[in-house]
Amino acid sequence: MNTEINKTLQQPWKPRIVAFFCNWCTYTAADLAGVSRLKYAPSVLIIRLMCSGRVDPQFVLDAFAKGADGVLIGGCHFGDCHYIEGNHKMFRRYQMLKRMIVNMGIEPERLRLEWISASEGDKLKRVINDMNEKVQALGPLNLPGKFQEWDLEIQDMIDQNGDMPAAKEEHHV
Amino acid sequence: MSSTSKNGSVRIGYYVCHCGHNIAANVDVAIVAKEIEKLPGVVITREYKYMCSDPGQELIQEDIKELNLNRIVVASCSPLLHEQTFRNALTHGGLNPYFLQMVNIRENVSWVHTDRELATQKAIDLSRAAVRRVAIHKALETRQVSINPDVLVVGGGISGINAALTLANAGKKVYLVERDPTIGGHMAQFDKTFPTLDCAACILTPKMSDVKNHPNITLWTYSEVVEFSGFVGSFKAKIKHKPRYIIEDLCVGCLDCIDACVYKNPKYRDEFNVGLSKRKPIYIPFPQATPQVVVVDPENCIQVKRGKCKMTCVDVCDRNAFDFTQQETFEEIQVGSVILTTGFQTFNPEKTPYYGYGKYDNVYTSLEVERIVNSAGPTGGEVLMRDGQKPKKVGIVHCVGSRDDRTNKWCSRVCCMYSLKLASLIKEHTGAEVYNFYIDMRTPGKGYEEFYDKVLKEKVHFIRGRVAEVTDWAAEKEEEGKLIIRVEDTLVGAVRRIPVDMVVLSVGIEPQTDAHDVRRLFNISCSTEGFFTERHPKLAPVETAAEGIFIAGCCQGPKDIPDSVAQSGAAASQALALIDKGVMEMEPNTAYVLEEACSGCKSCISLCPYTAITFVEERKKAEINEALCKGCGTCVAACPSSAIMQNLFEDDEIYSEIEGLLSIPQL
Repeated sequence: MNTEINKTLQQPWKPRIVAFFCNWCTYTAADLAGVSRLKYAPSVLIIRLMCSGRVDPQFVLDAFAKGADGVLIGGCHFGDCHYIEGNHKMFRRYQMLKRMIVNMGIEPERLRLEWISASEGDKLKRVINDMNEKVQALGPLNLPGKFQEWDLEIQDMIDQNGDMPAAKEEHHV
Repeated sequence: MSSTSKNGSVRIGYYVCHCGHNIAANVDVAIVAKEIEKLPGVVITREYKYMCSDPGQELIQEDIKELNLNRIVVASCSPLLHEQTFRNALTHGGLNPYFLQMVNIRENVSWVHTDRELATQKAIDLSRAAVRRVAIHKALETRQVSINPDVLVVGGGISGINAALTLANAGKKVYLVERDPTIGGHMAQFDKTFPTLDCAACILTPKMSDVKNHPNITLWTYSEVVEFSGFVGSFKAKIKHKPRYIIEDLCVGCLDCIDACVYKNPKYRDEFNVGLSKRKPIYIPFPQATPQVVVVDPENCIQVKRGKCKMTCVDVCDRNAFDFTQQETFEEIQVGSVILTTGFQTFNPEKTPYYGYGKYDNVYTSLEVERIVNSAGPTGGEVLMRDGQKPKKVGIVHCVGSRDDRTNKWCSRVCCMYSLKLASLIKEHTGAEVYNFYIDMRTPGKGYEEFYDKVLKEKVHFIRGRVAEVTDWAAEKEEEGKLIIRVEDTLVGAVRRIPVDMVVLSVGIEPQTDAHDVRRLFNISCSTEGFFTERHPKLAPVETAAEGIFIAGCCQGPKDIPDSVAQSGAAASQALALIDKGVMEMEPNTAYVLEEACSGCKSCISLCPYTAITFVEERKKAEINEALCKGCGTCVAACPSSAIMQNLFEDDEIYSEIEGLLSIPQL
């Protein structure tokens, strides 16, 4: 790997937040923030979907499982959805996801849903910076690392007992 | 899922754009290219100054041929800007256009981050995700929908009139819907137009009659769009016709019924003269109203309200045009495109009580003064105040409800010019001393600065400063009985008190109060203020985010008559372009059902807002009608069996993006 990149990696820990933005409102707001040269934390990595209604809960869990420290979902305000009510569907899933991740031991602040319209570039900046700050304060989630530790623990048990203890939980989401 | 190329393997070309300095200044593109080159499947990486330019696109096309590439990733600006450009480049290079993935490293990276190293790292992360994703892209066919050639124009002001006439003259069928009893809009209320001072009615009314008489235009006044659905090429609109209690086809506009009305004197607020005069319960908004049909005001007509009137109006009508049994009627039409020209409202100066509007009789809005100076207006063109006096000194206060943190922040663009016009007209009519109180004079436009110069030479006074208040509290003898304008003259550097007889408030332009309802009805977006948002502020000024829906005039933002006409012409030509092509190419981002995986649980059926999903009883499977699917993907995310997929946004494609973003651990 290039030395400059190595230097980047040696910098103090910075969170990585995976963002799912809808094409019509929040992704356009991100474009607007860019055109307006607003400055926000580089921790957010945006994935564009047509509608927040396309966000499968599995996407969110997968992002955490693959090493995201936070997940941000952005959609249109209620009543503004380009597809009439996809954002309502997302809102319902968000309530479910919120309960799920807390049960899994993930801090609720790591998942956030925001309605950001195409004209709200400044809100996008505010939300990203605020979330970045909160996740930075929480520290790394590092689920992939935890999975490895658990694998080792399980391996140890198998080595000692010659068999798997019953009812091992499935850790790959 | 990945489709194989001629030699069976994925061969990716990666192109990173400098965008002049826009990207290169904040992202080390050379490092990005070097990092991406290491990824599996990447055959070539290149950096170039302007990828969107012809040589940039040719670079891709040559590489496709010479290096046998079958996937392309372009890291440049937002896909909303140039995705189509690069898709076309792929097509010209002989590749399916959907084997492209764009990485937004301008709007999402270089423009919003300051730390070059972190920005470079982010560009690499995003690019890695795109490379992973593109490897499993599928070849897709563009969908085509046919375009119904009929057009709906909503709003009959000058913008709507011009758009409708342009389309109708090109041989297209137009429905023009106006909610007031007449077309003409605000322009019909104006006296003269700047900077040429030609009379507004003289240039507008011939166009209004053209609309009425045009064989290709169906004019529906006193009507509103109440329901709207469908998609580009085949929209459905439901129009409500409000009862006028007059059969429009029979009335010839002789106005005998108005004279015959049991109310001998006009009693009710005349909306056209902004309340400066009265009208009867049966009235015609103004003499040149189009259509030339009277209208009965249901709130005040005794027959409509109580059914117990002598109906002297009916007796004099030899055309038998009255019908007091009329009800609201509804009509459904089908159109292929829509032009929204719903206009504006003027700022209500009661929100700035310090200017005394509503408190002092002789404080007027500019729109009221337009009517006062008009020869067909309530005073017959004589500038008389509410007390019947001719003013000797007049103060015109600029920027009321404009450029003000307390009210509206935006510049309304027309007030400086119309204030100059009113100053000139008032001076011409009365010989009064006229004072203009301005913050900045904004007179850009052909002949506008010259007009300002002309008014300056007419010895109109100009005082630079925002007016603090209008009061009748006299500090000196000569101020008694006058309205005193208190202002800081910023050129002199002193607070001044200017006593005048009449105050004109140059009120700004605001979105209509129901702009948000209209926006929701047509599924377009608007700015925080309520002006409708164009697709691109420079490159797509009349298009909206919704295909086939165009905007023009003041509903998009404050503008004057020449600009409204130019913009409505542009909107009409965009609609014409759509109609003449006959078909519209649609993103192939529809959802489809994998039948073998579908359990027939019906969860998806109720989720679809377009009723595109049906349940096939014989097979006990869900089925998606591709023509109705708009590609939101809500059903895809909700299917408990993962049996629904979405083209362009396949589950696997999203997962590979997530994996790509996070594949290098950051600890």
